[in-house]
Amino acid sequence: MDTLTSNSAPVKLTAKDFASDQEIKWCPGCGDYSILKQVQTVLPDTNLPLEKFVFVSGIGCSSRFPYYMSTYGMHTIHGRATAIATGLKVANPELQVWVIGGDGDLMSIGGNHFIHMLRRNPNIKLLMFNNQIYGLTKGQYSPTSEKGKITKSTPMGSLDEPFNPAELALGAKASFFARTLDRDPKHQQVVINRANGHHGTAFVEIYQNCPVFNDGAFFIYTEKDTKKEECLFLEHGKPLIFGKNEDKGIRLDGFKPVIVDLAGGISHDDLWIHDESDKDKAFLLARFADMTHTHMPRPFGVFYREDRPCIEEDFERQLAEAKLKKGRLPLNKILSGDKTWTIA
Amino acid sequence: MDPIVETHSNRKTKIKDTDSVVVRFSGDSGDGMQLTGMQFTDTSALLGQDISTFPEYPAEIRAPAGTIAGVSGFQVHFGSKEIFTPGDQYDVLVVMNAAALKGDLARLKRDGVIIANVSGFDSKNMKLAGYPEGSVSPLEDGSLDGYQLFKVDIAKFTKEALKESGLSMKEIDRCKNMFVLGLLFWMFDKSMEFTIRSLNEKFGNKPDILNANITALKSGWNYGDNTEIFTTRYRTAAASLPAGVYRNISGNQALAIGIIAAAEKAGLSVFLGSYPITPASDVLHELSKFKANGVKTFQAEDEIAAIGAAIGAAYAGALGVTTTSGPGMALKGEALSLAMMFELPLLVCDIQRGGPSTGLPTKTEQADLLMAMYGRHGESPLPIIAAMSPADCFDAVYEACRISLEHMVPVIFLSDGYIANGSEPWKFPTEDQLKPINVKFVTENNNPGGKFLPYKRDERGVRPWVKPGTRGLEHRIGGLEKQEETGNVSYEPRNHERMIQLRAEKVAKIADTIPLAKLDSGNAKGKMLVLGWGSTYGAIKTALIDLHHEGYDIAHLHLRHLNPMPKNIGEILKSYDKVLVPEMNGGQLRQLIRAEFLIPAEGLNKMQGQPFTTEEVKNKIIELYNK
Repeated sequence: MDTLTSNSAPVKLTAKDFASDQEIKWCPGCGDYSILKQVQTVLPDTNLPLEKFVFVSGIGCSSRFPYYMSTYGMHTIHGRATAIATGLKVANPELQVWVIGGDGDLMSIGGNHFIHMLRRNPNIKLLMFNNQIYGLTKGQYSPTSEKGKITKSTPMGSLDEPFNPAELALGAKASFFARTLDRDPKHQQVVINRANGHHGTAFVEIYQNCPVFNDGAFFIYTEKDTKKEECLFLEHGKPLIFGKNEDKGIRLDGFKPVIVDLAGGISHDDLWIHDESDKDKAFLLARFADMTHTHMPRPFGVFYREDRPCIEEDFERQLAEAKLKKGRLPLNKILSGDKTWTIA
Repeated sequence: MDPIVETHSNRKTKIKDTDSVVVRFSGDSGDGMQLTGMQFTDTSALLGQDISTFPEYPAEIRAPAGTIAGVSGFQVHFGSKEIFTPGDQYDVLVVMNAAALKGDLARLKRDGVIIANVSGFDSKNMKLAGYPEGSVSPLEDGSLDGYQLFKVDIAKFTKEALKESGLSMKEIDRCKNMFVLGLLFWMFDKSMEFTIRSLNEKFGNKPDILNANITALKSGWNYGDNTEIFTTRYRTAAASLPAGVYRNISGNQALAIGIIAAAEKAGLSVFLGSYPITPASDVLHELSKFKANGVKTFQAEDEIAAIGAAIGAAYAGALGVTTTSGPGMALKGEALSLAMMFELPLLVCDIQRGGPSTGLPTKTEQADLLMAMYGRHGESPLPIIAAMSPADCFDAVYEACRISLEHMVPVIFLSDGYIANGSEPWKFPTEDQLKPINVKFVTENNNPGGKFLPYKRDERGVRPWVKPGTRGLEHRIGGLEKQEETGNVSYEPRNHERMIQLRAEKVAKIADTIPLAKLDSGNAKGKMLVLGWGSTYGAIKTALIDLHHEGYDIAHLHLRHLNPMPKNIGEILKSYDKVLVPEMNGGQLRQLIRAEFLIPAEGLNKMQGQPFTTEEVKNKIIELYNK
């Protein structure tokens, strides 16, 4: 296995140290700025030096991200960042690998690599900037756009049902799923921190506003007058409570989540207590976005996390096991094989 | 292990010495013909004979039993003289059923030997093979009169020999191939020892099966020895190959070993990203056996992820490899251009098969040359190396790795189904005979006082390779056009053109490091040159040996480096009145040669999923020679 040339950072780094000297070329008001800033703010807390990080991206607005980081980085091709990052991590498990992509990049052209990375569970942080639109190609609908979306390519409305990223990820055996918002820097930092601390593929969906082609797509979750009624912030071990005056709770009636009025004498103990290790409930939380029996608030925070082996560790384990059992074969032995004969 | 009883013949039979024999084992996919052929080959090899093999099997795993589509064949050419091909025509054809006879008879020599399994010619098998209802078996109707036909009820004799074995009828039936092998060993005066030894290794923990196989094998031998049917046996001396230690090796095995050798000599780990595809999957299987040597094999979700993961590994500092065949190669195109743009080392192995599309997955062709040359978007020239025989896959892929690692460029290695599955004796090298491969990871800033320049080139046009994790050299690489030296994104028009030129020049300069082309045979100037590449080597070589005996003035040049070509190629081509390019495609190298050197090269082109026969090459050469 390769060893790194250095292992510790001499002085604590700052957010600024993680910024490259390249001019940032996102549109004014783009949600990507906030995400870049929060990642740069969180990374110094890892106490790891710059050279340990590799940011890998595909294609799309968000995928310019690595150019703006002062770490190692690869800006690759559309949809393939997850596959390329998996090879990178397996080849050198000591690297801190982050993948940045958009909803088009990861769920459309890269859908296959996305689900396979989740099931393999390399210890990679995967941030999906979901703006529900194709920005870089100037405004076609994406696999997360709502059905009926009017865009340049769908003047009469889009015809396909959108993906529910949380449900897709959990179905693909993601070991970590969280959702956060570009316009809530504090929540973002908490979630990115949690993702960073997760041992395995940490998939974070970030609602990101595209001010040019899909402005306001998430405003009901980010703007003051609606945010409290529409957002449900999850905390492990805490009951599900939301509302302007924290006056609404969610209770489970069998498998059906029901919104209850906390003023009506219902105590916190009667509510659904969030458990990050409960996959069945994580699926229910994922379904909130699509539930039709009642209008549910949109959950944010860590839906689900589990500890299971990472593929790069399994690779190393098999290599060590083979070495122990068979020993490293000398090259001359590999060249000769088992059956030889001599011609004099 | 059982003591091995050397079986000596009891009977006086005529023994004929022969310097080379082609045997074709042909039967249903389930008849075990591949295994039989391989055992026969191993024994021939261990007896010091030169060999060349050609396994041929259907694309379906179990095509309908008894039909022509389901016939699986294994051809072995062995001899005391040097052998370069599996042979045009068979001396001996073993057929397990009517379909096998129907499919393969055309290539049996006049007066050749047929050993036919009688029970494979009953009315059911006749019908499955497409003979008209009620027709007389070809074994009985006189149609095989020109051949030496031996009818043996192989199934019955095997059953008889194993009636005490306690095995099921199905298991007993599976031992038929060992009876055949024993009979052939008797016929060619070969020891059963090696096969008994390998059966012991294979079935050591299944004594019933082991004993049944050995009994069937010996019964076959004894059948030959005891019955009066066979009057002639054949003996072949050891070949006068160069002195040394040999092993038998297939092209895909040689390829896998070559990759490991290159990585070890370069001080790197191997990372293979691959998706199963015929006929390349065996490289994945083979490499996955070397985990103890740090080889990581990653079976990806698709061809694109396979090359993607290899690119990620190359960035990390490994020898990144991906293996595939034509359709997979097409899928890898975009990522291959990315690796080219990144200027990272990467080995891409295309084991060609009959195309386009799914084409003939188990058959051979050389029709991906132009895809290797031009099959990418944008200006993206890449080095191309082709192997010319099974054992040569080792040397060729070693060279491909050397170029890739020393020049920071993806290299395309071309093999094909014919040499990938075929095998031959290999006088393998030792570690210290292998050329060094120089890889130096950069750890110092190449721009003191300023920022590290990831795309600053040396005199060969090669940029530095830095492992992520190296302090102070953090940099980003990307698919967007880069500014010269800094690697920062640049849309500046002249910079783009300059970068295209620099990348192309780097590839062109590889020609400085490769040996000048040398004729395989013939005079330096003359009437005609035969220019080949890849797996056509054996057929061309054998044709020229014959033609030189007959006094023809013809030279043979075989290309390993297809891009860039050795610097003296133009000069060589212009030294002959005529140039013939035999290829298993529509004329792809011919087109490259004509375009580059403006000479009226002629082609011999075959696209039947089958390699050239020596005869085909000879005939075309004579025709063009006399024109």
